[in-house]
Amino acid sequence: MSSRRSRSRQSGVSRITDDQITDLVSKLQQLIPELRGRRSDKVSASKILQETCNCIRSLHREVDDLSDRLSELLASTDTDSEQAAIIRSLLM
Amino acid sequence: MNSSHLNPSSSLKSRFTTRFLRALTRINARKPISPSSPREIFQRYRRIKVAADKSMASSVRSRRTWSRATLWKLRSRSCLQLASLGRRRSVKTSTITSRQAIMKKTSHEIENKTTTEEDHQDRFVGQADKLRELVPGGEAMDLCNLLDETAHYIKCLTTQVQLMRKIVDFYSL
Repeated sequence: MSSRRSRSRQSGVSRITDDQITDLVSKLQQLIPELRGRRSDKVSASKILQETCNCIRSLHREVDDLSDRLSELLASTDTDSEQAAIIRSLLM
Repeated sequence: MNSSHLNPSSSLKSRFTTRFLRALTRINARKPISPSSPREIFQRYRRIKVAADKSMASSVRSRRTWSRATLWKLRSRSCLQLASLGRRRSVKTSTITSRQAIMKKTSHEIENKTTTEEDHQDRFVGQADKLRELVPGGEAMDLCNLLDETAHYIKCLTTQVQLMRKIVDFYSL
């Protein structure tokens, strides 16, 4: 168990305990599909953060890609409030 | 109690969908001169992306630092665009120089005591900094809040992608 005593670089957050950090990091691990199955002591915290960054970047890319596709689709169709109601009912 | 703030409720989904579809209708109602020109498509893509991010942040409201930061960013960006086109003061430079200062300090301290434990911590701090850049409002958060906000942010982004995909599928029929 590594004890991170030298927190001089993060002196502004000295009240936070290591346990809190570990808890939050393992919560993150559960959210990342790539890391979900692995045991928490086998995956280092920096690896979890790295995968989290990759995950967020790929989600941003997906939003960009979907917005792009939507903009092309909208060019060829006409939306109206009826369609909006249909979509809402399909999605719920 | 914790899971309730991580699981996207169906009310979050319906708030997002309502707002986003409303925005799409508005975007589509504009009648440009050349609706299929590449420039027009690009502008529409930008508007749709902004609408999607704004819809999700609005649906989360001010309950989260990241959603407040997103809404603030979008509002100030639209104000800038309305005011003038020239003045684009880069706030980023100040953040980058302070980060460079921290990094310099970090490498200095590494020279004196290099153990694997210090390496782990440095890597962790380095990754946390990268995370700060990705999560809206991350630069001002302490580590605990950053990790907490990140978890919520990822959940909401995933929901946003899910719903956008369903809408795209619907329009592709």
